[in-house]
Amino acid sequence: MKKYILDLTVVDNVRLHSNYILLKMTQEATLPLMLPGQFAEIRIDGSASTFLRRPISINYVDIEKNEVWFLIQLIGDGTRQLSKVNRGDKINTILPLGKNFTLPKTNEQQKSLLIGGGVGTAPLLYLGKQLIENGYHPTFLLGARSSLDLLQLGDFQKFGQVYITTEDGSVGEKGYVTQHSILFQETFDMIYTCGPRPMMMSVAQYAQTHQIECEVSLENKMACGVGACLCCVENTNEGHLCVCKEGPVFNIKQLLWQI
Amino acid sequence: MANLKVDINGLSMINPVMTASGTFGYGKEFEDFVNLERIGGIIIKGTTLNQREGNPYPRMAETPSGMLNAVGLQNKGIEYFIKKIYPQIKEIQTNMIVNVSGSDIESYAKTAEMINELHHIPAIELNISCPNVKQGGMAFGVSAHGASEVVKAVRKVYKKTLIVKLSPNVTDIAEIARSVEAAGADSISLINTILGMAIDAEKRRPLLSTITGGLSGAAVKPIALRMVWQVAKAVKIPVIGLGGIMNARDAIEFILAGATAIQIGTANFIDPSVTVKVIEGINEYLDRHHYSSVKDIIGALEI
Ligand SMILES: Cc1cc2nc3c(=O)[nH]c(=O)nc-3n(C[C@H](O)[C@H](O)[C@H](O)COP(=O)(O)OP(=O)(O)OC[C@H]3O[C@@H](n4cnc5c(N)ncnc54)[C@H](O)[C@@H]3O)c2cc1C
Ligand SMILES: Cc1cc2nc3c(=O)[nH]c(=O)nc-3n(C[C@H](O)[C@H](O)[C@H](O)COP(=O)(O)O)c2cc1C
Ligand code: FES
Repeated sequence: MKKYILDLTVVDNVRLHSNYILLKMTQEATLPLMLPGQFAEIRIDGSASTFLRRPISINYVDIEKNEVWFLIQLIGDGTRQLSKVNRGDKINTILPLGKNFTLPKTNEQQKSLLIGGGVGTAPLLYLGKQLIENGYHPTFLLGARSSLDLLQLGDFQKFGQVYITTEDGSVGEKGYVTQHSILFQETFDMIYTCGPRPMMMSVAQYAQTHQIECEVSLENKMACGVGACLCCVENTNEGHLCVCKEGPVFNIKQLLWQI
Repeated sequence: MANLKVDINGLSMINPVMTASGTFGYGKEFEDFVNLERIGGIIIKGTTLNQREGNPYPRMAETPSGMLNAVGLQNKGIEYFIKKIYPQIKEIQTNMIVNVSGSDIESYAKTAEMINELHHIPAIELNISCPNVKQGGMAFGVSAHGASEVVKAVRKVYKKTLIVKLSPNVTDIAEIARSVEAAGADSISLINTILGMAIDAEKRRPLLSTITGGLSGAAVKPIALRMVWQVAKAVKIPVIGLGGIMNARDAIEFILAGATAIQIGTANFIDPSVTVKVIEGINEYLDRHHYSSVKDIIGALEI
């Protein structure tokens, strides 16, 4: 897919709980086609500590409003500076980057489970929309530290059944996503997951044991974002592959995870 | 519109702006962002005789105004390059230059000899300065004798433009430059990355799998500029300057310090279309100062 460098205009910058923002951006021209799982490289100007761009997943695309959304956890200087942008500000963004999640291969009856942890739920919202539009019925399993880290619940509920775990038990079942009872009650044909690596590894292990197709979205540190610098590699059965270009979405069969 | 053409000892370029090895892939990665044919020269990824997997992840750490990398020359080897990549890039109408690395003198020479046969590759850049692999050539690049030996061996088998890329991790860069010139290099490029390190204090661990890595980006510019100036005074062959060039103004500073051409590396990550902006900026500068050719400002620093 052709990649673009765009000066997008901020439509909205909404603080979610204390430590996340939902950034909605647009431009005059129709936004380029973006697919769930793909990401953008966002430029943050103005300080020595934000020299490189920041990779952020496409959270959602609102076609009618010509908006692209980013759900961002405030971690360090880069994301904190993003939290301060205002409506009307321009943000230089390169998109769409990387490979998208693939739709289930068989019939529409197929049951897919989308498991997100923390801010890793970001790309799953747009994926949920795509699955619905293609006639599938996604189920979501979202994990967070506490109720204050659960994001966009209402949006997810529009696309399917949502199950929740929190580490402190403040909402949903207490524990980790991989301990949720739904995994022991229902069977799924396809799992998509994004979140902290240890969480994705236990999801991958579950998928492997139950022989379920599973795609994970990785977050390796990146410099170029376009497959040129070879900084972001993951060990795979084809050697070192760039997460920014051959990923960020990988089928767990490609990865050499010790699970 | 000033004349931007420069000549690197027989290699003619439509302008002095090139891309630095390892930062621009094979060029193709950037074709959505820039018209590659507007760039004076594209130096493609470091290539070795045999395939290399490179270093384990993590290979990159961002640092103030720069980054450390420890890629370790990951590439599929020269045969793969000739069979699979060369056919895809040979039609690009600019100077496509291969950056060559080796583990010993023979592997450098053998790789250079194979590239000598490729019609659409007018030059090679010999990397005797990679800090990221035990035998990445830096061993050659840090002594005048070592540098001279490898350049002599390659010069024997390589008939086109031979650019030699120097390491900044030395005490006397001018001495090494002179020995490389005497050994038959057509041009010298510098600098490669500066050996550095980053630590995660919370975890008490290094941020790179290799502990140390190569620093690049805006942070290295003053060091690079100083070394380019020293080398340009020390040799007669054309010098190609790089290290931390982020915009046209930086590029012009290198040219004033004595560089005939410049390379842009890490800046491509921040703005993938930066090369074209630098070309336009150099032209604008020349017009504004009433110079008819970029050659008029090479080494024009007034002291
Ligand atoms: C493909 C991809 C998609 C992502 N999607 C999202 C998203 O939708 N929402 C979100 O909140 N975060 C996402 N991240 C993580 C996000 O890029 C980092 O949290 C962010 O770069 C931190 O920047 P900082 O300056 O605030 O933090 P700092 O810790 O100060 O950053 C220092 C350096 O480390 C890098 N870095 C830090 N954390 C990460 C990380 N987890 N992954 C990669 N690089 C990191 C930064 O880019 C920067 O170069 C994604 C990462 C990748 C690779
Ligand atoms: C990710 C990365 C990979 C690199 N790979 C190579 C390489 O293969 N061969 C080489 O000679 N230099 C390599 N370099 C060094 C650059 O070509 C350049 O010398 C250095 O980055 C300084 O320039 P800059 O500050 O403009 O990036 C690499 C640099 C980076 C950042
Ligand atoms: S970030 Fe440069 S290759 Fe992936």
